[in-house]
Amino acid sequence: MKPKYLSIPYIVWMGIFVVAPIIFVVFYAFTTSEGVPTLQNFAAMGRFTSVFVRSFWLALISTVLCILIGYPVAYILSREGLRLQRLMIMLIVLPMWMNFLLRTYAWMSILENTGLLNRFLSFIGLPTVNIINTPTAVVIGMVYNFLPFMILPIYSVIVKIDRSLFEAAQDLGANTVSVFRNVVFPMSLPGVLSGIMMVFVPAVSTFVITQLLGGGMVMMLGDLIEMQFLGTAYNPQLGSAIALVMMLIVIAFMYVVNRFGQGEEKAVGA
Amino acid sequence: MSTSIKRPGFFGRSYTALILFFLYAPIFILIIFSFNSTRSRTVWSGFTFDWYRSLFFDSSIMNAFYTTLIIAFISAIVATIAGTFASIGFYNMKSRWRTPLMHINNIPMMNADIATGVSLSLLFLSLGTVLRFNLGFGTLLLAHIIFNIPYVVLSIMPKLRQLDSNLVDAACDLGCTWIKAFWKVIVPEIMPGIINGLIIAFTLSIDDFVISYFTAGGNVMTLPMQIFAMTRRRISPEINALSTILFLTVLALLIVINVREVRQEDKQKKLKNRH
Amino acid sequence: MKRVMIVIIVFSLLLPTVLTGCGQRVGSNGVVNVHNWGEYIDESIFRIFERETGIRVNYSTFETNEALYALMRRGGANIDVIIPSDYMIARMIEEDMLEELDFSNIPNFELIDPRYKGLAYDPDNRFSVAYMTGTVGIIYNSSFITDDITSWNALFDERYAGQILMFDNPRDAFGITLKYLGYSLNTVNEDEIHEAFDLLVRQKPILQAYVMDQIFDKLEGGEAWIGPYYAGDFLAMLENNPDLRFARPTEGTNFFVDAMCIPKDAANKTNAEVFINFMTRTDIAMMNMAYIFYASANQEAAAMFAAEISAEEYAVMFASSEVIANSEVYSHLPRHILELYDRLWVELKR
Repeated sequence: MKPKYLSIPYIVWMGIFVVAPIIFVVFYAFTTSEGVPTLQNFAAMGRFTSVFVRSFWLALISTVLCILIGYPVAYILSREGLRLQRLMIMLIVLPMWMNFLLRTYAWMSILENTGLLNRFLSFIGLPTVNIINTPTAVVIGMVYNFLPFMILPIYSVIVKIDRSLFEAAQDLGANTVSVFRNVVFPMSLPGVLSGIMMVFVPAVSTFVITQLLGGGMVMMLGDLIEMQFLGTAYNPQLGSAIALVMMLIVIAFMYVVNRFGQGEEKAVGA
Repeated sequence: MSTSIKRPGFFGRSYTALILFFLYAPIFILIIFSFNSTRSRTVWSGFTFDWYRSLFFDSSIMNAFYTTLIIAFISAIVATIAGTFASIGFYNMKSRWRTPLMHINNIPMMNADIATGVSLSLLFLSLGTVLRFNLGFGTLLLAHIIFNIPYVVLSIMPKLRQLDSNLVDAACDLGCTWIKAFWKVIVPEIMPGIINGLIIAFTLSIDDFVISYFTAGGNVMTLPMQIFAMTRRRISPEINALSTILFLTVLALLIVINVREVRQEDKQKKLKNRH
Repeated sequence: MKRVMIVIIVFSLLLPTVLTGCGQRVGSNGVVNVHNWGEYIDESIFRIFERETGIRVNYSTFETNEALYALMRRGGANIDVIIPSDYMIARMIEEDMLEELDFSNIPNFELIDPRYKGLAYDPDNRFSVAYMTGTVGIIYNSSFITDDITSWNALFDERYAGQILMFDNPRDAFGITLKYLGYSLNTVNEDEIHEAFDLLVRQKPILQAYVMDQIFDKLEGGEAWIGPYYAGDFLAMLENNPDLRFARPTEGTNFFVDAMCIPKDAANKTNAEVFINFMTRTDIAMMNMAYIFYASANQEAAAMFAAEISAEEYAVMFASSEVIANSEVYSHLPRHILELYDRLWVELKR
């Protein structure tokens, strides 16, 4: 037996369990509940423009915040001693072992009108804030949940940058800022790109975070899809169409981000 | 030690500490309120161990917990075995074939969970009407295996690329059959990747909610599904207690591993210094 | 890392044996998969049922009639007993989603109050056994709201902006709004439904959240001041917060009957009927009533329970004949109206 044939069972498996399900989604998206081919599911999509816009907008904000917050963490970590680095990475991964629904629920306890944050604020004599059940709360929840997915890939790219490059640059008279701008940042872009993928996709499709922190007031694509399959408006055909459009937009977005990233790298390399 | 990289200063370290506080604040709150004597999530009213006691008598939580563990174990092990064979097969293919296949392999990882969950549920329901089965434990397990394998492949492939192909050739030249070479040479070499894949698969499986939610049907519940159902009303402090136990267990394991590694490094350093 | 795996394996293998070791063997007579509203049963009755019959109960919950419908319609759910409300039962009967009951397995059916037999949703009473009944009202916190609440307009009152909760399901949300406007909650007049929709759109900015059972937590904890919910749940909340009050708006409200049904092609139909019979028994009905404070359809249990509670509690739990006369039961709406509801609901939430 040749070793390459070892993958044949898995290729068949992928055909059934990876490719076929997507074909099912496409099939559902283009049929009525009686199985008649139709485009009506897509025609109905216009009503949800605001949901699409909100989802992509909030996901974008969350992704950008994750980069702004997470990049410095990754950079600072990479300059620590090896032992401290390892400890910190462990500390960043560890929260993921506590169920994300529970951690998000704990945010509810923090952000509520009568929650811990407002209790604290009024205790020290400050006015209280109304965050829960607003898009802000949803963004906080998403940044909280997905931040480690931004820090880790950036960190793993930065630590691999050859240290002799720093020294060379420093020997040539570059200061820390210009070493960062000319060496570290361009070389860490692949990490940022994979971070964007790992944050943006779950953010745009979340339905749990919006339901917990958005109080049913902030609907995103995930809620809309869930609603069509297991929620208050049973319509799997429409749900499939929404899921399909969402996937296509995400793919297009990723393509653009990747092109942009590659362009940057080339520009820097030249 | 010629590296002259500046260590982060006070400002950098404070910033990291702040982010860690952000990451841990909700967890501390969960842990603290798992000892609260009332069900309140925000008002402290006294210390108790009651939730830790009553947890073990709450059959719906414990059943969900066992279901989660069983699913995680079986799916992680099956996915690891399948993923190992698949990786070795991929590795030995021409890249003309391998590249598109790897792309397909990556789909469940890149795709939104909700899309994976929804599409799998459509497949299972259609197959179910033809082959007469319902959504339930079986489809749940299958779904977990499906989304675990790509991660196993992902963690084994780099190890295979590091594998010295001469090693296998040499083994074959020495009269090893391919099967023997597989067990004696390849598997030990890629073992770290396999173990890593197993742990990733297990972790993902324990934590998954979205895909389970769409593929489990109405009569099986994993712990995350149970927690979701509770968030729709109110989280019982027993769940906080269970999560605290799990969290502290993982924390303890990680500390043990870390301390051991540090000790080993120290030993090696000492040995080096002696030479 | 190998050590880690070993520890985890040992940990997880030990726990189940330790824990299940002390329980007795149940399930020798198979299982029954029960799918019910959240917090709508005293779960300790399962142990009694398992001990008496040897049938193991697999219990799970749903949040809204519509979500239950979605789960059933999607198929493959593997459920034997469901407890939908009146209008949803009518819809499920019409769409051939329910199994006809074998009443020879449910002798306790004779204990059911005749008023809850053969209702419009199941005229020949072939598919359902009534479980609980109740009305919808307004629950509010008297320490924040000192006015006497008598009308649905309290839910649209800007003085309570940011403190109001609203039903997170289209039928109830539209239903009470239609009632407030003086229309039937079963109207098929699209103009009236659109008028209700406009009112809901205007209400959204002053809402705190759309909720179902999360209302327990929010009203009990003082996180919100006012919201519409089911009468029985008010009494459950009152136990945790004595400041809460209940009001039945004068415009009239919804009277509902939730009944136990068996989905088409249920795998354990006989066990399901045994379970329904068990649930209908007087002592079990009493236990459930004491836990959820809804009015049982079991006549004997209702009479016995009435003797044990105060007049105020009785008035909340058991709707008087005047209240029932001023209330409407949801009926199954024609398809195009349901689609309108679905469309407007998404539009409201978007």
